[in-house]
Amino acid sequence: MAIEANGKVFETDEEGYLVTLADWEPVVAEEMAKEDDLELTDEHWDIINFLREYYEEYQIAPAVRVLTKAVGKKLGKEKGNSKYLYGLFPYGPGKQACRFAGLPKPTGCI
Amino acid sequence: MSETIKKFMYLNRRAPYGTIYAWESLEVVLIGAAFDQDVSLAFIGDGVYQLLEGQDTSESGMKNFSTTYKALGDYDVTKLYVEKESLEERGLTLDDLMPLTWEDEDDDWAEKDSIRLVSRDELADVLDDQDIVYSF
Repeated sequence: MAIEANGKVFETDEEGYLVTLADWEPVVAEEMAKEDDLELTDEHWDIINFLREYYEEYQIAPAVRVLTKAVGKKLGKEKGNSKYLYGLFPYGPGKQACRFAGLPKPTGCI
Repeated sequence: MSETIKKFMYLNRRAPYGTIYAWESLEVVLIGAAFDQDVSLAFIGDGVYQLLEGQDTSESGMKNFSTTYKALGDYDVTKLYVEKESLEERGLTLDDLMPLTWEDEDDDWAEKDSIRLVSRDELADVLDDQDIVYSF
């Protein structure tokens, strides 16, 4: 599978995750969101950027429990709960947001 | 979900990059951490190299996953036993290892050390106390 945008082809795996992390560009997230019938807002981007920073630092995509806790600490308590995160990413903040961010499927995602 | 909490120990005995064991162990720990069990890690023999500060894998073409150990605190994995003798036999001290900490939610997010330096005898007692030991 692949995503085409900006005249480029971004290869994805059978679950829709980007194959090469380094290929990621914001347009990848936008295209993936479009396929999921989502429009990305600043609130979505806060989480996507947070995930990319987390991966950069720890080399893993965090499990949703860890993501929730970390978001609460960084972006405020009102955002560090599953209701808020599932509101933004209805297919699951771990799986869907990590996919948009170009990360692999979260470790510890069951 | 689970009625009884069991004590899980992941025993790490090998250098990080020659084999897949260290990374596999780390992945199993992170996945297992979702089950709310009492998780400990121990590093003995060449396993102590997994925690070495300043790892550089650029020449080997392998992913440098050493920073992932720093995420263990986020996963509530806060007990990392390092065997003193194993360090000494390799000319290492605690200062050669990455500082690894966790934040105690019940103590105003105070940062606490995850690494516990133990002697071979003390580690034997810790292992004796476990319900399940996975050896990598």
